[in-house]
Amino acid sequence: MNWRLIKDKLAERSFVLLLLSSVVVILLILIGLAMKSVPLLRAESLLTVLTDSVWSPLKGNFGFLPFIMGTIWVTLISLVIAVPLCVLASVYLVEYASEALRKMVLPLMNVLAAIPPVLYGVWGVLFVVPILSDYIAPLFGVNTTGYTVLAGGIVLAVMIFPIMISIMVEVLQTIPQELKAASLSLGATKWETITKVILVKAKPGILAAVVLGVSRAFGETVAVLMVCGNIPQLPKSLFDAGYPLPALIANNFGEMMSIPLYDSALMFAALLLFVLIFGFNLLSRLILNRLEEKAQ
Amino acid sequence: MSNVKSRLRKEKIAKIAMQLSGMAITGSLFFIVGTILYKGLPYLSWEMVSQSPQGGFYIGKDGGIFNAILGSLYLATVSTALATLIGIPISIYLNMYVKSGSFLERACKLLFDVLFGIPSIVYGAIAFSIMVWIGIRASLLGGIITITLLTIPIVVRTIDELLKTIPIDLKHVTFSLGSTRWETAKMFLRYIRPGIFTAILLAFGRAIGDVAGVLLTTGFSDNLPKYIDEPSATLPLAIFFQLSSPIPEVQGRAYASALVLTCIILIIVICTHLLASKQQKHKI
Repeated sequence: MNWRLIKDKLAERSFVLLLLSSVVVILLILIGLAMKSVPLLRAESLLTVLTDSVWSPLKGNFGFLPFIMGTIWVTLISLVIAVPLCVLASVYLVEYASEALRKMVLPLMNVLAAIPPVLYGVWGVLFVVPILSDYIAPLFGVNTTGYTVLAGGIVLAVMIFPIMISIMVEVLQTIPQELKAASLSLGATKWETITKVILVKAKPGILAAVVLGVSRAFGETVAVLMVCGNIPQLPKSLFDAGYPLPALIANNFGEMMSIPLYDSALMFAALLLFVLIFGFNLLSRLILNRLEEKAQ
Repeated sequence: MSNVKSRLRKEKIAKIAMQLSGMAITGSLFFIVGTILYKGLPYLSWEMVSQSPQGGFYIGKDGGIFNAILGSLYLATVSTALATLIGIPISIYLNMYVKSGSFLERACKLLFDVLFGIPSIVYGAIAFSIMVWIGIRASLLGGIITITLLTIPIVVRTIDELLKTIPIDLKHVTFSLGSTRWETAKMFLRYIRPGIFTAILLAFGRAIGDVAGVLLTTGFSDNLPKYIDEPSATLPLAIFFQLSSPIPEVQGRAYASALVLTCIILIIVICTHLLASKQQKHKI
């Protein structure tokens, strides 16, 4: 055989090896997490673990409900803030803005995406938390330190701007020009074309972007941990402190070895996050890939 | 349907709403950087960035965060290098060797896409339990393993996007001239070289800013990182710990450290941008 062909084959073999090993690592991760969670699930059923609201590891109570609710609250708040803003802004960028403006804003979104979570956290502590405790909460007659699920939601909203904007802009750009032209020529205003034609057509893509935003928000650890109070309770209002799932893992890993089942519970939390986010990501990626194929 | 005037008014209102939300989103960036600059600048000093903690730094005594800066740079450099060495071959394999459109290609690309979004705390938790299992203590090595796992999907994904921009004809031409897949791949790598640096910088930026992954695996220390099996401070963790201190002086140092990290990130972003425009020019 030719030396060049041998080199080619060698490259192929080694590349396959790298690919396989990284896929195997991922599988191992999943299996490892599942195995580590087994002791907890053997002690208590999955249903009780997910719906019990008492978290006191020393007494052997591992109820995940406060953390699940904390995560849901923070995520929902961030979506309520981020989704309308991002839809409006990306429609503007695609339909109204000049090329120059678009070329300026989209790189800025990349900067926003590149800012590390801890800096968002610092910003939250320096700006969002004091504003909430000094100005916004008194408006509603609430007394709070500012470390609340609302603060977490606001910081998260800013963090998921870039991913939502970049995907929504991409999706909106795949809408065929003829469709808009047809609607406009029938006498619809541009805004009517946007709401009744473009957004309807772009709905699956926008949904996919929102789901990706959700999965980002779900897993965000440090920024949220820094601003949302970390009290294992069921938040009842915007101004209550919450304790999201990732923060639980981050805060308690140091001491988990000394208490029985504690490590198993934390691994179960990691497994829960992994499975949920993997599922969300998979779903929205499948939608986006299909849209992309259609557009080509 | 209502009359034309009210419809046009609606359009105007919508446009204003859109402009405002656009401004809110871009504004938030300047807001964040501005807040950190405003709070951090008064506390920033040469001493902060050039010295390591002199004992009791975190309760307000003398010293700086040089050890954390150095630790972060070590960690990010080594893990980015590893991720690049693993990631580039994988994306070349998926683009050049596997038949395009095959199940393997699509499944693997999807997998890396999905992994891209897995949060670093999960990687950190996994790496931590692996480390406990095989008996490595929290150290620079543990952090490097975690961050490498975290950055591989970024490299694979970005390089894949770059390889997709190469015209398919070019591939066919080189094959028809009798070059092997490996030779074609080498040529393609030259073609996307500026883009590869972009991918590396992206991964580096993510690696240097990550907290949740290193929180569990790298540990923390006041000394300069000398050996790979020793715990080491990292910049984001230094910010995190300083900020949770009740002493105002130490909190101020957290702001200053945040400013240092912001500067590093901004430099990376600017370099990425320059390289990306170079890649644009590079296009056939």
